[in-house]
Amino acid sequence: MAPVATPYFFYVLAGVAVISGLFVITRRNAVHSALALIVTLLAVAGLYLMLYAPFVAGVQIIVYAGGIMVLFLFVIMLVNIERSSKERRFNRIWPVGLAAACALLALFVSAFVKGKKLFPDRPITLPESSNTQQIAAMLYGEAGKMGQYTFAFEIASLLLLVAILGAVIMTKKKI
Amino acid sequence: MVPITTLHYLVVAAALFVLGVIGVLTRRNVVIVLMSIELILNAVNLNLVAFSRMWGNLHGQLFAIFIVVDAAAEAAVGLGILIAFFRNRETINVDEIDLLKW
Repeated sequence: MAPVATPYFFYVLAGVAVISGLFVITRRNAVHSALALIVTLLAVAGLYLMLYAPFVAGVQIIVYAGGIMVLFLFVIMLVNIERSSKERRFNRIWPVGLAAACALLALFVSAFVKGKKLFPDRPITLPESSNTQQIAAMLYGEAGKMGQYTFAFEIASLLLLVAILGAVIMTKKKI
Repeated sequence: MVPITTLHYLVVAAALFVLGVIGVLTRRNVVIVLMSIELILNAVNLNLVAFSRMWGNLHGQLFAIFIVVDAAAEAAVGLGILIAFFRNRETINVDEIDLLKW
């Protein structure tokens, strides 16, 4: 059975994501930008749910909206200075940056228009109920065998360890 | 009503990516530049998950999870650098971060 009114949900979520993304890069106050970014992240999590990726949606909400954004808000409170809310928001070369971004957008549009036929119209539906189970089998392996991504998983944990050490060492006054 | 295809998701991801690029290239506040990088990473994640559904396997979703790990590491290190810099120079303005420029 096809889900009811799926296209409407998609357009609402996409609109919310893009509009609050616009707020992220235009607000003067960094706290407002962070709150708009949280809205964007939640909307993107909704899009993941529509793509039958419930585990990635959960990770997005817990890690991004719950962890990384709290880190951002803490840092904004630590370094927020009155001066930055009064001076210019954009740097001197902003027309160049905007032009470069528009060129990138034109590149994307031309690629999508030319490659439209490469994308099949009806996407294959993934089994939704066993999504987390299958991801776990690929990450950790099953039946005593190493999974396809077990080594990458270990490397990722090492990367997080290095990042923790780096953050602590750089923020300490004296080591 | 047109059914939602992979291309729809790619267009949304491209819009988010371009917004992130604009933020990185034009804003002066380093915190907002880092937030724009998060926007870019989210656009990439959306692409990966959309392609994962298009091909019917889970590799794209696993890549998305690894990119979330990278984003966490990048945010921690970037904000650590930012705090260390703010302690020395009392500014978080990109235009004034030019210690390496001779």
